[in-house]
Amino acid sequence: MTSSQPSSSPGVWQSILHASWPWRVTWLYLTLFLFLPIAALILKAVTLNPAEIWRIATDPVAIATYNVTFFTALIAGIINGFAGLVIAWVLVRYEFPGKRFLDAIIDLPFALPTAVAGLTLSTIYSTNGWIGGFLEPFGIKVSFTRLGVLVAMIFISLPFVVRTVQPVLQALEAEAEEAAWSMGASPWQTFWRVILPPLMPAILTGVAMGFSRAVGEYGSVVIIAGNIPFQDLIAPVLIIQRLEQFDYAGATVIGSVLLLISLAVLLVINLIQARGRRFYG
Amino acid sequence: MADSSLKQPVAAAPKLRGATSEFQWGKWLLVAFVFGYLALILLVPALNVFIQAFKAGLPGLVDTFTSKFFLNAVKLTVIVTAITVPLNTVFGLCAAIALANKNFPGRSLLISIIDLPFSISPVVAGLMLVLLFGNRGWFGPLLDANGIKIIFALPGIVMATIFVTMPFIAREVLPALEEAGTQQEEAAATLGATPWQTFWRVTLPSIKWSLLYGLILCNARAMGEFGAVAVVSGNIVGKTQTLPLFIEEAHIQYNTQAAYTAALLLAGLAVVTLVVKYLLERRAGIQHRGH
Repeated sequence: MTSSQPSSSPGVWQSILHASWPWRVTWLYLTLFLFLPIAALILKAVTLNPAEIWRIATDPVAIATYNVTFFTALIAGIINGFAGLVIAWVLVRYEFPGKRFLDAIIDLPFALPTAVAGLTLSTIYSTNGWIGGFLEPFGIKVSFTRLGVLVAMIFISLPFVVRTVQPVLQALEAEAEEAAWSMGASPWQTFWRVILPPLMPAILTGVAMGFSRAVGEYGSVVIIAGNIPFQDLIAPVLIIQRLEQFDYAGATVIGSVLLLISLAVLLVINLIQARGRRFYG
Repeated sequence: MADSSLKQPVAAAPKLRGATSEFQWGKWLLVAFVFGYLALILLVPALNVFIQAFKAGLPGLVDTFTSKFFLNAVKLTVIVTAITVPLNTVFGLCAAIALANKNFPGRSLLISIIDLPFSISPVVAGLMLVLLFGNRGWFGPLLDANGIKIIFALPGIVMATIFVTMPFIAREVLPALEEAGTQQEEAAATLGATPWQTFWRVTLPSIKWSLLYGLILCNARAMGEFGAVAVVSGNIVGKTQTLPLFIEEAHIQYNTQAAYTAALLLAGLAVVTLVVKYLLERRAGIQHRGH
């Protein structure tokens, strides 16, 4: 049999023709459950009239939802960028009671279903809730407003920066810091010049991942928000509303906008990681 | 070796005495910030689920637990998970085995493709399925003519759940397989083991912890998926309503007790997931990753 010849890098066609069972299952599964659905969206989008696409994509309600979705997700990402750095720093560098518990609970947003998160956040941050009650006298309302969307997005994007920064910080040797210290650098200078630069790719990757997750989030936001157009309606909720009105074209266009943004963020993450590897690998 | 590297900062401490006390002060400030931040975002909300669920005592819980719609939602969630997780396990193992020991052009692209569902909004995933199988979708007329229902029925919910949980197992098993290498498998094959025997006796034992890690994450997401399922399920009470959808509906109808009873069940699942995950990270040294 010629196929028994060892070949170090077979061509793509050859590998499909001589595919082993794992390969066949992989391609079949990806085709059925991933490629086919994506193709359905793309095919639907290209059958629409470009003028129609433009009209739907730039409809004032749609623009307002992009604004709420992307802007709020960006703020959530930035807040978690700072907080995540501090959390990672504290978990890697310090010893204190309850540290292991804290480390384990960081992943709660990955494990807790988003419907539960939305439910409990909306109770706590409502005007008669434990935290919302404190804010109410200051005229701050969280649940059923854009601030509620922000809180939900902060919750679901919390683990990303912590988990991307932690391993890099662990690998970072304390020697460079100590050297900077002993040469008379202030703590501030040490932080800005020695510690932060090698952490930057990890922080940006985490922020981008958190942003991407927050942009696509539905479950927790739909429960804590009022879902009112021009106020706190996010793009994924608008897609569902369009589908409920059997407006497939409207849902497709807004879905495609979301998909393109997700792919763009994915590209940015890959670029950041490639740069990070080149400089600090 | 580890010992000497631990001693280094201690030896340097006397020189930096002023700085060290400043460090201590800063340390506790940062620790306090972390506790405060996590309390506001994670701890108080998590605690609230348990308090609200037990507010009316056991009778309140029992009330919901015996309601027909609640039990139907639990049943559907279990069925969907019982179909999704095994299918994704077979796929994840196949994809990891196929990718592990080969270098071919486009390998890293394929790995990115398998990870793609994590980057796509679950609502968009659900939309894709509606465009495929909905009654005005590509296959709608064909399915209609044959009396097959996918959207607003179990198959659609399963497909939506498969879409969003697809990468979990593959991405955990692949690094474990790469680390294990092929030497033992080759040895088993030379000794006359069939591929099937090699898989069960050699490959599987070397990746079991990573597989379990992927499994529990996949399971948690499958049981808790909301966005993708919300699009395709139609949310028919007692028929296509999963637990997360039950929570939303109960919340909208101001049935707080029912909402929090269902939430308690899912929060319990989250706690079990975190504990198993923590143990696996400690025992088997699996690295946690963002996803």
